[in-house]
Amino acid sequence: MRIPYNLEERFKVSSSPHVRKSWTVRSVMLDVLIALIPAVLASWYFFGIRAMLVELVCVLAAVLSEAIVQYLFFEKVTVDDLSAVVTGLLLAMCLPPSLPLWIAAVGSIVAIIIGKQVFGGLGNNPFNPAHVGRAVLLASWPVYMTTWMVPTKPGTSQWLGTDIVTSATPLGMLKESGYNWAVVAKKVSLWDLWIGNVGGSLGETSAIAILIGGLYLLWRGVITWHIPVTYLGTVFLLSLIFEGPAKHIADAVVYPPLFHLAAGGLMIGAWFMATDMVTTPLSKGGRIAFGIGAGVLVFLIRKFGGYPEGVCYSILIMNAFTPLLDRIFKPKTFGEVTQG
Amino acid sequence: MRFFRIIWDGITKENQVFKAALGLCPTLAVSTSVENAIGMGVAATLVLIGSNFVVSLIRNWVPKQVRIPIFIVVIATFVTAVDLTMHAYFPALHEKLGIFVPLIVVNCIILGRAEAFASKNNPFYSIADGIGIGIGFMLGLMLLATFREVLGAGTFLGKSLGIKEPALIMILPPGAFLTIGFLMAFFNWAGGDK
Repeated sequence: MRIPYNLEERFKVSSSPHVRKSWTVRSVMLDVLIALIPAVLASWYFFGIRAMLVELVCVLAAVLSEAIVQYLFFEKVTVDDLSAVVTGLLLAMCLPPSLPLWIAAVGSIVAIIIGKQVFGGLGNNPFNPAHVGRAVLLASWPVYMTTWMVPTKPGTSQWLGTDIVTSATPLGMLKESGYNWAVVAKKVSLWDLWIGNVGGSLGETSAIAILIGGLYLLWRGVITWHIPVTYLGTVFLLSLIFEGPAKHIADAVVYPPLFHLAAGGLMIGAWFMATDMVTTPLSKGGRIAFGIGAGVLVFLIRKFGGYPEGVCYSILIMNAFTPLLDRIFKPKTFGEVTQG
Repeated sequence: MRFFRIIWDGITKENQVFKAALGLCPTLAVSTSVENAIGMGVAATLVLIGSNFVVSLIRNWVPKQVRIPIFIVVIATFVTAVDLTMHAYFPALHEKLGIFVPLIVVNCIILGRAEAFASKNNPFYSIADGIGIGIGFMLGLMLLATFREVLGAGTFLGKSLGIKEPALIMILPPGAFLTIGFLMAFFNWAGGDK
């Protein structure tokens, strides 16, 4: 029998999935880059030329090392999906502005090669590449990685990078004072902390700028609320309960929790690092467990650990738990019946 | 000649560090400097030759059921001898290697060779196996230590190479795992065998 017209042409026949979204790696990464704009601008405002240089070097080194590795191993060079740009920029956001540029470049190379490519490239890496880079740098050059530049205003000699004044980060001051809130509250106001006018890593300091970017990602649907809310919420609650009403300061009840939220890398960690699609759980339950676990770890490291800040390690440790969380919180197969 | 063939195989095809991935605990722990690696390699080689020879001599009298304890006693004898000798003549090196010299007793390479080779071959070939495996282990350690010492401390055999800011992580435990991972990947790729 002859078919009157070509069915194949009239009806597209294909296997599932049938519902598609116009999401590509490139579009997601582009959204992340757009979301990082406020934080990047804040870093330029407070740290000037040094910030621009560190960011430029990190991004360039990340893109170049990805291209070279993929070329050497006869793989398709996929730097145009922008994932290396995002990794480089996120790493730069976790580095101190006064860092020697060659160390920043080494960090990017480590992030791309050891953090990502040795596992088989994008989508196969168990750990957040940017944090792998940062962890390696912190272990290798601890002095440079803990020298913090004082924020400044555009146009000053420090902004131009000609001379650099250093200070401790708010979390460093807190640790040094033995968690004496009265000492820290005198030096650091909550306003400065949230706006980013304190010493620290490039993108970590301005909590509000990060928050704007995070909300953009949430609105675009690139991330879900589960990890950031549970992560930040856990730290907030723990510091509210265990730091108690701090003695000898005006806003005794809210100061410690708001301090913990805005200080250090918690904001950028919660919105940009802990929401990385590759290295965090897929299910809602898994994401909530991830957020709570990371929050508890941050608080434990900050309060009892040897380092003043624990966001990087908390996320790396929870990354290691991600396969387990995915197994525990496996969604039910369609039609599956719970056994009584 | 088979004697040299066995030595060559011990260094290459049967390299315990890179091919069999045995004895990784001392490998990772003492490869922080080339000097330590040589000390450890020589100590392990001497123990291997001795224990392989003796195990091979007694292989027909050892009851199968109790062979492991007997091998361990033989190995422990040689380790004690090497340990005391090192303590006497190279106290500084002995100090640096610390617990890892006595721990050669439970090094799986040595027990592994006693079980897999010496208890099945004559003493002559067993000595060859001890030499080959020992040199292979020492070369593996030295290779690992070269990368770690140069990159992590900026020195080679304790001499400065003029590297100003070495990456500390390379002489810390993570550096050991990173280096051995890359070296194994390289040897698997270069060897081309599955």
